[in-house]
Amino acid sequence: MKLADKVLEGDIRAAAKLMRAIEDESTSAIDELCAIYPHTGKAYIVGLTGAPGVGKSTLINNLINVFRTKGIKIGVVAVDPTSPFTGGAILGDRVRMQQHGLDEDVFIRSMATRGWMGGLAKATLGMLHVMDAMGKDIIMVETVGVGQSEVEIAKVADTSILVLSPASGDEMQMIKAGIMEIADIFVVNKADRGGAENIAGAIEFMLSMKTYLPGDWRPCTILCEAVYGKGSEQLVTEILKHKDYMTSCGLLERRRKERARLEVNEAIEGSIASFMHQSLENGGEIEKLVDEVAQRSCDPTSAALKIIEQFSKRFHTTQE
Amino acid sequence: MAKPGLDGHDRGVKVVARAYRDAGFEVIYTGVHQTPDQIVSAAIQEDVDAVGLSCLSGAHLYLFTEVVKLLREKGAGNIKVLVGGIIPEEDVPKLKDAGITDVFLPGTPLGTIIERTEREVGRSA
Repeated sequence: MKLADKVLEGDIRAAAKLMRAIEDESTSAIDELCAIYPHTGKAYIVGLTGAPGVGKSTLINNLINVFRTKGIKIGVVAVDPTSPFTGGAILGDRVRMQQHGLDEDVFIRSMATRGWMGGLAKATLGMLHVMDAMGKDIIMVETVGVGQSEVEIAKVADTSILVLSPASGDEMQMIKAGIMEIADIFVVNKADRGGAENIAGAIEFMLSMKTYLPGDWRPCTILCEAVYGKGSEQLVTEILKHKDYMTSCGLLERRRKERARLEVNEAIEGSIASFMHQSLENGGEIEKLVDEVAQRSCDPTSAALKIIEQFSKRFHTTQE
Repeated sequence: MAKPGLDGHDRGVKVVARAYRDAGFEVIYTGVHQTPDQIVSAAIQEDVDAVGLSCLSGAHLYLFTEVVKLLREKGAGNIKVLVGGIIPEEDVPKLKDAGITDVFLPGTPLGTIIERTEREVGRSA
């Protein structure tokens, strides 16, 4: 429990250690999280997503600059992919943000996906809770470089930003389902490369197909040149505008309840799955069924049902 | 992994980072032109097991030992510091005396670097 107390005092080393415990799923993390959780819920979560190399990390670096001039304390969680072959990873988002390395009010943490799909890592929400408990005002979450369907960020963030580049396609790409639907703010980065207006026009074309009633949030498109710091002020203004909107219309509360639901569900599924694997794997039951499925003497669904049946029998006997 | 000081030659450090990745390590790369302060701050925020430093400029004695000193000052002396680059053999004892865990001289095979790193920080997942 002693890490939690230090985290609440803003201790950087304690926070970093707790984050690691959460990421490594060590049992000590459960009590520590329990202790800090009542002190969370104050930070505002901004998500940035987009394809690899569009400039998400550089944009975040610029956003930190602008937020810091306003005295806003910042947390950043930056996710990069884990190798499906070796389990290793190169986490390189920090490279673009190192100018803030010595600012005590900026905490940057890199994460590897460790097999988690959807653009984030399994422990991302846990990291957010720790930064929230440390007293960060705004926490930016950078997803891995994504494609068309990694939309988990929209459930985690209060404001979601989709970063595109002039080479992101045409109107056809813009009207596709998936990632194009989740943005509260669109950014066309690398606007100096030419063709940015075409992309911005295609986004507007897509947005114009929906009717926005008075009081609805209509996403806007901002042109940025992140390497030159251009567009960052406007982007911060838009983020804060969306934050006001989310707070004033009650959407923030609703989105946070959905996030709580997501987290509880994930925890239930995770706990049941690991409990099940622990209790059955030792007896070799799962391996036996896997063999049967591989030899076609049992189909996968029936095998799964058998596993669940065995598990629930065993669960009931442990309860009695 | 980081490159301290005014040395922009980062091909070597990237090759080693990639080798660690392939050995199952999670590598946080912070880039070139880092001050020891920046490196130590990143190491603490990321709660790493070890810091890997590369220097080809000749300023390794000062820069590497400064990182060790700052880590100890910040209560993170348990984080190991492994270094490599253009380092003359006669500097190795000086670096080890200053608290550097291991020194990889030019020509060290990648497999040896991984092996000796795993000996220090345990096998990667």
